[in-house]
Amino acid sequence: MISVADINKIEVLVCLGTGCESSKSNALFDNLEEQVKKHKLREKVVIKRIGCHGLCEQGPVIAIEPEGLFYCQVKPDDIKKIVESHFKNNIPIEELFFVSPTGETISHYRDIPFYSKQHRVVLKNSGHIDPGSIDDYIVEGGYKGLTRSLKEMTPEEVVDEVLQSGLRGRGGAGFPAGLKWKLGRNSPGDKKYAICNADEGDPGAFMDGSILTADPHSVLEGLSICAYAIGADEAYIYVRHEYPSSVASLKKALKDSYERGYLGQGILGTNYNLEIHLMEGAGAFVCGEETALMASIEGKRGMPRPRPPFPTESGLWGKPTVINNVKSLANASIILREGWEWFKSIGTEGSSGTAIFSLTGKVRNTGLVEVPMGATLRNIIFDVGGGVQENRTFKAVQTGGPAGGCLPADKLDLPVDFDSLREAGAIMGSGGMIVMDETTCMVDVARYFLSFTQQESCGKCTPCRMGTLQMLRILDKIREGRGEEGDIEKLLELCETVVSGSLCGLGQNAPNPVLTTIKYFRDEYETHIKEKVCSAMVCSDLVKFTIEPGKCIGCTACKRICPSGAVEGERDEVHTIDQNLCIKCGACFEVCPPKADAVMKVPSYGTSSKGGAQ
Amino acid sequence: MLEPSSAELLQHRVVPMLQEIQEQFGYIPCEGVDWLAEKLKISKQEIYGVVTFYNHFRQNPPGEHEIKVCLGTACHVGGGEKLLGTISEKLGIDSGETTPDGKFSLERVACVGACALAPAVVLDEDVHGRMTQRLLKRLLDKVQKEK
Repeated sequence: MISVADINKIEVLVCLGTGCESSKSNALFDNLEEQVKKHKLREKVVIKRIGCHGLCEQGPVIAIEPEGLFYCQVKPDDIKKIVESHFKNNIPIEELFFVSPTGETISHYRDIPFYSKQHRVVLKNSGHIDPGSIDDYIVEGGYKGLTRSLKEMTPEEVVDEVLQSGLRGRGGAGFPAGLKWKLGRNSPGDKKYAICNADEGDPGAFMDGSILTADPHSVLEGLSICAYAIGADEAYIYVRHEYPSSVASLKKALKDSYERGYLGQGILGTNYNLEIHLMEGAGAFVCGEETALMASIEGKRGMPRPRPPFPTESGLWGKPTVINNVKSLANASIILREGWEWFKSIGTEGSSGTAIFSLTGKVRNTGLVEVPMGATLRNIIFDVGGGVQENRTFKAVQTGGPAGGCLPADKLDLPVDFDSLREAGAIMGSGGMIVMDETTCMVDVARYFLSFTQQESCGKCTPCRMGTLQMLRILDKIREGRGEEGDIEKLLELCETVVSGSLCGLGQNAPNPVLTTIKYFRDEYETHIKEKVCSAMVCSDLVKFTIEPGKCIGCTACKRICPSGAVEGERDEVHTIDQNLCIKCGACFEVCPPKADAVMKVPSYGTSSKGGAQ
Repeated sequence: MLEPSSAELLQHRVVPMLQEIQEQFGYIPCEGVDWLAEKLKISKQEIYGVVTFYNHFRQNPPGEHEIKVCLGTACHVGGGEKLLGTISEKLGIDSGETTPDGKFSLERVACVGACALAPAVVLDEDVHGRMTQRLLKRLLDKVQKEK
């Protein structure tokens, strides 16, 4: 039975994306059920769990459909009010509406710039349908693409449709998806595999996980279409185990698809058969690389191997295999449903369709964002994202995760597509976008990404294994105030070696964060090296915390929170910080009451205390 | 001939079965590896190779409470490292270690996907977003008091 939303009913969508869930939206759901039951509103109110609605910053969020009212930062106690006032008496709760930075109250989410400036294609269902309901997906046009493929098209025609659409792989490299499918289709062999790469390992990226949780069928449909196109009767989804909600959502979706005949034997009454297996990763970043991912499915250490042969010729267990990212597959379902011309009309000449980013960092509206390819960084960060938090100055934006790069303010008008970003030294990547402001140190950021790739290097190629370690040591030296003349040059030389001497994308791209920060923020490196100053006051060896005696009111707030017992002084006495015990966690700085404002963060070397105060 | 060979299919089960073992015991005990080697007819060395390769597998028992500090990019930029320092100082252990009384274990994790609420700390199964030093102290005090 397909349930069509009754217009007289109020649909209450409770976001259970990772963001809202960690602000305890689960409790809201339970409270809602209880209150609705108590007020005997079951007939009128339908409560649904949804995946990420997008505006995580305002979580937990609740959307009221069909009118699209939007409640932000809902607390468990608010539920009673919502049910009694809104559902019973039709008086919405104004104080829970979104308030823009200019103080304007906005009641409907479609009017909030964060949403109105987006163009949601792949994320259209996310946050609007119940991911646990296959019917919800079907009502929105789901499985039309698969039905059309299987019943009206030959596999070659499906490949052609994707080829024509210009869809490029959304995993980061941007290889034309249709071409990959064509190579897989044309590879000789009776046994082939299709794989969905859902091993979203980039720190700071949660798009794929969100899509899998919020709209799992769109990915299953895309994977089925891909398998049909290349002639595979078996497919795998390799998903990160760190995403338990994605795993649960996929399991339910798989079960329903088998039951409804979208998977299994004789799909939709045709003679096409397909089995999809779910495999959970075990926490190795390098397994996002396709050859490593296949090794992992085979039960081995997930180490990349040289290509060629490419997976399309010899992949999983030596059979032709086509691997696609989550978003590529979700796009494929839409292309087969709407047709390639429609898809091609979105985006730019070289990059069709939309780009999805998880917008995080020091930006006002953090969350999940989808814009047409070719939108500028400024569109994303300022129009959709609402600009930098607390009106601080924008410093850089990082895209592409540990393989990507940092772009400065003068690149804000760069159109976002595969080619422009690469030209500027960054990459599109899978979709992480982290905004940084004046309180972010670029040397520290470079070191952060490098320490990540260094730890995740599988160790096969020496330049990657040892080169990244040497680079990390130099960056540590700079961060700790021991940097020397020539360190930057040494770093650049090592970058070159690591790029040219590594087998897979991890090593080849590992130096990107270092290269781009040196390219665009060289002065910051130089201040660290020459003046021993971290202007962002991040590098802990270059800053210290002190208490201004004239301002301290002796409230003991800092003393009580200090984890290392570094603060001395009794109540109502002036406190001091023992620099030898201080671990520079900044807790004292955080809790010092604004009326006193006595804890200061100051450079530990430099102008005021020449020669070093430590 | 078309399918993977039976030996390949046995090897294919290594990771999922290790995950099951860890699910049950909280870590991968040596006996677990012995048992699996026998069951799948694969050398123990090879299984240890897999165990040590993947971050998810641990070879010592976890504490009663597991604290994971997220150090994804957004959390790092938001001060995750400093939170880790505080916890490590308070519990007297580094990441990857368990307190001698077996009560807490501390881990750094790459990204839990709660980037929009950075910095995040995960206590057992609960993700705590927008962590500050003050909230962290409250959280730690609360679990430390629990019996």
